[in-house]
Amino acid sequence: MSETTIGGIAGRMPKFIRRADPAVLTAFACIVLLLFLGSLYSRSFLSPEYLLQQLKVASFLGVIATGMMLVILLGQIDLSVPWSVAVGAMMAAAAAAYGPIGVALAIPFGIFCGVLIGVVNGIGVAYLRIPSMIITLATNAVAQGLMVVYTGGFSPQDSATGAMRYLATGFTIPGVPNAVIIWALIGAAMVLMLTRTSFGRSVYGIGNRERAAYLSGIDTRRVVMIAFAISGGLSAFGGVLLAGYASKAAQSMGDAYLLPSIAAVVLGGTSILGGRGSYLGTVAGVILITLLQSILSVMQMPEAGRQIIYGVVIVAMLLLYGRAPASR
Amino acid sequence: MKDWRYWLAEQRGTLLAFAIFIVMFAIYTANHPAGFTANVVQTASNKGVLLAFVAMAQTLVVITAGIDLSVGMIFTLTNCLASWLVIGTGLETALGVVAVLGTGLLCGAINGAIVIYGRLQPIVATIATGAVYFGIALLLRPFPGGSVNEDLADALTGRLFGVVPASLAALFAVVLIVWVPFSRSVLGRAAYAAGSSETAAYMSGVPIRRGKFAAYALAGLLAAIGGLFLTFFTYTGDAAYASGNAYTLFSIAAVVLGGVSLFGGKGSAIGAIFGALAFRTIGDLLFVFDFDPLWQPLFQGVILLIAVSLGAFALFRVRNRLEWFL
Repeated sequence: MSETTIGGIAGRMPKFIRRADPAVLTAFACIVLLLFLGSLYSRSFLSPEYLLQQLKVASFLGVIATGMMLVILLGQIDLSVPWSVAVGAMMAAAAAAYGPIGVALAIPFGIFCGVLIGVVNGIGVAYLRIPSMIITLATNAVAQGLMVVYTGGFSPQDSATGAMRYLATGFTIPGVPNAVIIWALIGAAMVLMLTRTSFGRSVYGIGNRERAAYLSGIDTRRVVMIAFAISGGLSAFGGVLLAGYASKAAQSMGDAYLLPSIAAVVLGGTSILGGRGSYLGTVAGVILITLLQSILSVMQMPEAGRQIIYGVVIVAMLLLYGRAPASR
Repeated sequence: MKDWRYWLAEQRGTLLAFAIFIVMFAIYTANHPAGFTANVVQTASNKGVLLAFVAMAQTLVVITAGIDLSVGMIFTLTNCLASWLVIGTGLETALGVVAVLGTGLLCGAINGAIVIYGRLQPIVATIATGAVYFGIALLLRPFPGGSVNEDLADALTGRLFGVVPASLAALFAVVLIVWVPFSRSVLGRAAYAAGSSETAAYMSGVPIRRGKFAAYALAGLLAAIGGLFLTFFTYTGDAAYASGNAYTLFSIAAVVLGGVSLFGGKGSAIGAIFGALAFRTIGDLLFVFDFDPLWQPLFQGVILLIAVSLGAFALFRVRNRLEWFL
């Protein structure tokens, strides 16, 4: 459709540019712009060490945003991210306190707890037909309540296991942080799932029109539930990695990830109404958000200014290309 | 059907919320060591009224089939602003109050403009504007502090004639001045119609855009009234992220308890007020039964989860499975 309107110029461009989503291109253009602005501010901004460090920080957000993207593709939203992250981190660290078996099972247990939250969300959305925004807010509150009771209102004293630290900060391949490898693996699996499996195609189908997907014989409720479970699990895994990075879990560690994860997905061109979007866009969105955060912190912007710039940038970019079609 | 039965059907959610509140409050006062005294009622109403204002704000937006996840942050922002401005002589205080309310109205209008004229999804748009409002609040009050005109604060948090809590009277006045005229005006009708079926409303020539815009803007105003009252109760301004978020969350719980449909077009702010008062009372029940306060967040979360799950009972009435999907 766009080829005919843009006409001759686009026709001569390489195929991959012609097919690319304008939103993804905009996001990448913004990344280049941010890198340029950053390099004006400080020379070291373009050094490989710094960029690799940014990529490592981005990978935590990347893992969480992957789950968020899956849910947004369905036309739903997962607002339980903050405490799914915290639950994953705290439960993994808590399991580590139970001897060698606990240490071995710490990471799976953390992810399992996240999946449980996701399953509750999924049952609520898919089977009880509760709006996702509401049920995920409610499970977020319950998860928070459980953690407050568990920790007694203080930050837990358990520390992360060696394996968690290794995953978040170690190097298997020299020069490439493990966290980046993990994000790459999860991203590759996600791309494969979205484009090559019937589950992935069902996700896009449901996002476009759940009624049509149901009539085509897809068990839409099961797909929605699994998607929420995956999202919860990935949020918790992001929490596990963050706990490994900071070497302990903290009460409100997940709060800083709700808005960025939604923003990364939406800035990457995934429609908030569902059914449209590519993982490449999410990658671009995650890197964009991380670079923005990094530049703001290099400029020693206080938290207040960061929040304001954040909100303004997200609204501005959404107004550029995230608008709903004009009514009627 | 007779007229009163129509009225009953329309007000069912509100009446249910009222009944829940009365039962919960009866249990609460019966087990309170001090019993049903003016002091207990005053404390309970001062706590409940804050949430009631924020819940009213949320109702206005929910009626248009939207959601405002920034109400808690407008509440926090206006609290911080009031701790700077609502102080000094009578005239200065009055101007301060006007400025605080105007700020709330402006915040709501910005939300409305972005959602309606910018055509963005209310969830994402209001999360983002909420971050901006919180950032401004943090600029105003990096640390808790400030003060407020204590004469005005004491007058509005005390008791009228020694019996009626003044905050409750203020809530009643706001309902009469803001909600009643709005819900009976063309704009209010338009907000309901837009939430019920936007296409049908548009085809009938209802001014849906203006109606929705008014709803968002008034929501900001009501949240600001809440923020003002928070300042009167605490005498300080505090840019607390967790508290702003909690108010947003509880406002949704209150709206659901108050019988307002999250799909829009159904319910009233009166119901949401009783929902808010009931929610607060349920939260406080733990204290009169001597539970560890640590359990309170979990308890409130579970109530919220149960309240939103109750809506699922409508599924039993669905005859055609395709109606699962809106």
